[in-house]
Amino acid sequence: MNKSELIEAVTNKSSYLNRRETKIIVDLIFNSMAAALAEGSKIEIRGFGSFKVKPRSARIGRNPKTGDKVEVPAKNIPFFKVGKDLKMLVDH
Amino acid sequence: MTKADIVQQVYEKLGTSKKESGQVVESVFSIVKETLENGENVKVSGFGNFIVRNKNSRKGRNPQTGEKIEISARRVLTFKPSQVLKRNMNTST
Repeated sequence: MNKSELIEAVTNKSSYLNRRETKIIVDLIFNSMAAALAEGSKIEIRGFGSFKVKPRSARIGRNPKTGDKVEVPAKNIPFFKVGKDLKMLVDH
Repeated sequence: MTKADIVQQVYEKLGTSKKESGQVVESVFSIVKETLENGENVKVSGFGNFIVRNKNSRKGRNPQTGEKIEISARRVLTFKPSQVLKRNMNTST
């Protein structure tokens, strides 16, 4: 399922929203989650899971082709922890 | 950030009632959940992909007692962040 199929499904489930409105909502949800992560905030969605930002320190990497040393800068990566409910539901 | 913060943003943007905003947000997450539950992946462009993976059973050990145990085959959910999300998380800071 991709985003447009998700928008479709949400529209079909709602009695009063049209596709254009649902698209705005779905985009808003994921954009605001992305913005929260960019700020370094934690996100907790009950029954679904939580997103956390994990820092990765800078390291010396190597270009696998040439063997040259390259500096890999420190970065933040998003990390998703599946909620208990969902974890069980997926496994069933 | 919790679901309530997301509901608040939807409410401010759409001007529908709080109750309706809550219902839509709830419905978005429950559809994603149901899809994953059925073993289907969910791809959200610009955010990331939620991927259902099948794991074979394997032998493990209880690290505390050293006892051998069989870890049963299972289905797990993983999240692969999109390039866009990763980039955005490392430019503003």
